[in-house]
Amino acid sequence: MANAPERDAHSGTTTTGHEWDGLKELNTPLPTWWLWTFYATIAFSLLWLVLYPALPFTGTGLLGSIARQEADADHAARIAAAEPMLARLRQAELPEILADAELRAYAIAGGRTAFGNSCAGCHGAGGQGAAGGFPSLADDDWLWGGRLAEIEQTIRHGIRAPDDAETRLSQMPRFLADGMLTAAQVGDVAEHVLSLSGRGTDAAAAARGASLFAENCVACHGERGEGNRELGAPSLADAVWLYGGDRASVARSISYARAGVMPAWGARLDPAVIRMLVVYLHSLGGTEGQ
Amino acid sequence: MPDVSAAAESPPVLRRQPAYVEAPLRAFAIATVFWGIAGFAVGLFIALQLAWPALNLGLEYTSFGRLRPLHTSAVIFAFGGNALLLSSLYVVQRTCRARLFGGEDAAWFLFWGYNFFILIAGTGYLLGITQGKEYAEPEWYADWWLTIVWVAYLVVFGGTILKREEPHIYVANWFFLAFIITIAVLHLGNNAALPVSLLGTKSYAAAAGVQDAMIQWWYGHNAVGFFLTAGFLGMMYYFIPKMAERPVYSYRLSVIHFWAISFLYIWAGPHHLHYTALPDWAQTLGMVFSIMLWMPSWGGMINGLMTLSGAWDKLRTDPALRFAVAAVGFYGMATFEGPVMSIRAVNALSHYTDWTIGHVHSGALGWNGFITFGVLYWVVPRLWGRTQLWSVKLANWHFWIASLGILLYITAMWVSGIMQGLMWRAYDHLGFLQYSFVETVAAMHPYYVIRALGGLLYLSGAVLMAYNLWRSVRSQPVGANAPAAAALPAAA
Repeated sequence: MANAPERDAHSGTTTTGHEWDGLKELNTPLPTWWLWTFYATIAFSLLWLVLYPALPFTGTGLLGSIARQEADADHAARIAAAEPMLARLRQAELPEILADAELRAYAIAGGRTAFGNSCAGCHGAGGQGAAGGFPSLADDDWLWGGRLAEIEQTIRHGIRAPDDAETRLSQMPRFLADGMLTAAQVGDVAEHVLSLSGRGTDAAAAARGASLFAENCVACHGERGEGNRELGAPSLADAVWLYGGDRASVARSISYARAGVMPAWGARLDPAVIRMLVVYLHSLGGTEGQ
Repeated sequence: MPDVSAAAESPPVLRRQPAYVEAPLRAFAIATVFWGIAGFAVGLFIALQLAWPALNLGLEYTSFGRLRPLHTSAVIFAFGGNALLLSSLYVVQRTCRARLFGGEDAAWFLFWGYNFFILIAGTGYLLGITQGKEYAEPEWYADWWLTIVWVAYLVVFGGTILKREEPHIYVANWFFLAFIITIAVLHLGNNAALPVSLLGTKSYAAAAGVQDAMIQWWYGHNAVGFFLTAGFLGMMYYFIPKMAERPVYSYRLSVIHFWAISFLYIWAGPHHLHYTALPDWAQTLGMVFSIMLWMPSWGGMINGLMTLSGAWDKLRTDPALRFAVAAVGFYGMATFEGPVMSIRAVNALSHYTDWTIGHVHSGALGWNGFITFGVLYWVVPRLWGRTQLWSVKLANWHFWIASLGILLYITAMWVSGIMQGLMWRAYDHLGFLQYSFVETVAAMHPYYVIRALGGLLYLSGAVLMAYNLWRSVRSQPVGANAPAAAALPAAA
């Protein structure tokens, strides 16, 4: 309905005179602060359009800013700032890096970042490892050795990496699956393995398992299950278990083997980055020597 | 001049009032409540998945990647869409003093047609059928069906306006019409795709690469601008003055901010693509148009809040009005935060972080959700011809539980998002990155748990509302003037 404008008693403002389903509208002017703030945003925008690229095909605005070039320049500046140290890292032998306090500190800082980017997905942000075959790198229990050269070899060539001829290789047999032991024998061996770390409960089974262990396992894992880093054979006599140390997990490892895989990083990372990773991991894992 | 406030209390002037279409609107109201609870529940579940990934259950059908679009579509298009259809068809009849164009049959077609679209879109997500475009995931067959339904919606809505008995078109209808027309344009533009086969579900988009990304975010941001903003402002412009029984604060402001929003919003999409392959000039335009949107957006907030002038006391007694007014507050907050986040330097920190998620939810939970709850509390008793809401007390509980839920949700996401952005860009003194990605993920865990708790509260509130509305219909006497022309007391 269109009526004559009315005056609203509360606000003292008149209405537009329109009415819809009982709804009316006041003819209040635009709030001054609203209008001027709106103008200010328009002025800001016009200024911005002059300063920065705002039209197709013109390239740039008065400030000469081009985002792609700025990102490239920023990237190049960071690389240039790091390059002197990276060059020293590429030239130095690993023991020299350890001996030079400045290089060592730089390598540990850079190695921590490189580890976060490339390794933490499996080994955890602090190198603490993860269940299911991802070993902790933050202790002195090394599978393939914790000396500088050994760590470098593992990082460069990986473990059972299919695309690297020099990768670390070893293959534990699948004793049950390949018919080398019966299920009962696997249980006996597992009992013996538990007894190596003082957790056996069935002395008779452990005794039967001991002879089977001597025939089948000691070549790699050693007479007392102490392990062999040459072969990547883990110690069975401590409390560290890569795939679980309970009876069922141990029996499963004996029956089907495990054979985890780590990629070879030699072709993927800058040599300086690999050296930083080696020094960082060496610092985490017991600092075993060269 | 006569006094408006006094006039509002005087007996209504007797005028010819057509028999409004109502039965399909009752169906839209039920669908709004149903899809709301479904969408909030899926949202809670995927929030829990982010905190505890084992809840992906190892099944492709229940993986986060498939349930996430189910959640977003359920709340935006199913809950929000049914709420918009309900309110636009309710409002257009009353403010045009005209029965719906096409009558009851047309409205039933819209109801079944739109909800059938929701069904085929949602089941597609679970089966892995998607265009891979955010908020435009449905494949070509669902898009075609929605096009038919949407054109029918435009005809029904526009036809009602054309045959109106009122000389002028009410402001709510400008916003509804802008919403319907723009969504049609966006839908057609972003879904231009060639099906691989008429018997298969897969299609390929007409544009590729950065052009496709630009079209996607032109669509995506204006889905926010016209679906979640213009459409819901239409709701606001009818229901808040109705509930408050006050005239709209400023007709002039409504004209200016309507056209400013309509003109400016459509350019703002590129702010979703800062620091990407999108050319700099397009990024600049996206940013400055977003900044210029700040005051036009606040025009709606001012008109919503200032309409309460002279009726603030009703907030104490009317939970429907309290929901609607709180919604306008959240709208004002989100439409300030949005322009801030569109500034390139701010976006460098906020982009790809949980801050964006928090921003979206302060708009979705606070603005779209709350105003819809307010409308439902007000309109359901009237649509069913009941005299009042079953329990004002329960509605108050809903308000405070849901408000607490929003508070937990958005503060958790602010903290989590800003922390995440700062961790990503932190360098140590030697120039190395300070944190690895997994460390940022681990740091967010407690905030994911808090966010899920916020979602649980919000969902619980909606369940209380559903119960309250059901009891209102089932346990309340039918009103004297039921159903359509009832002039109910404001304290619904």
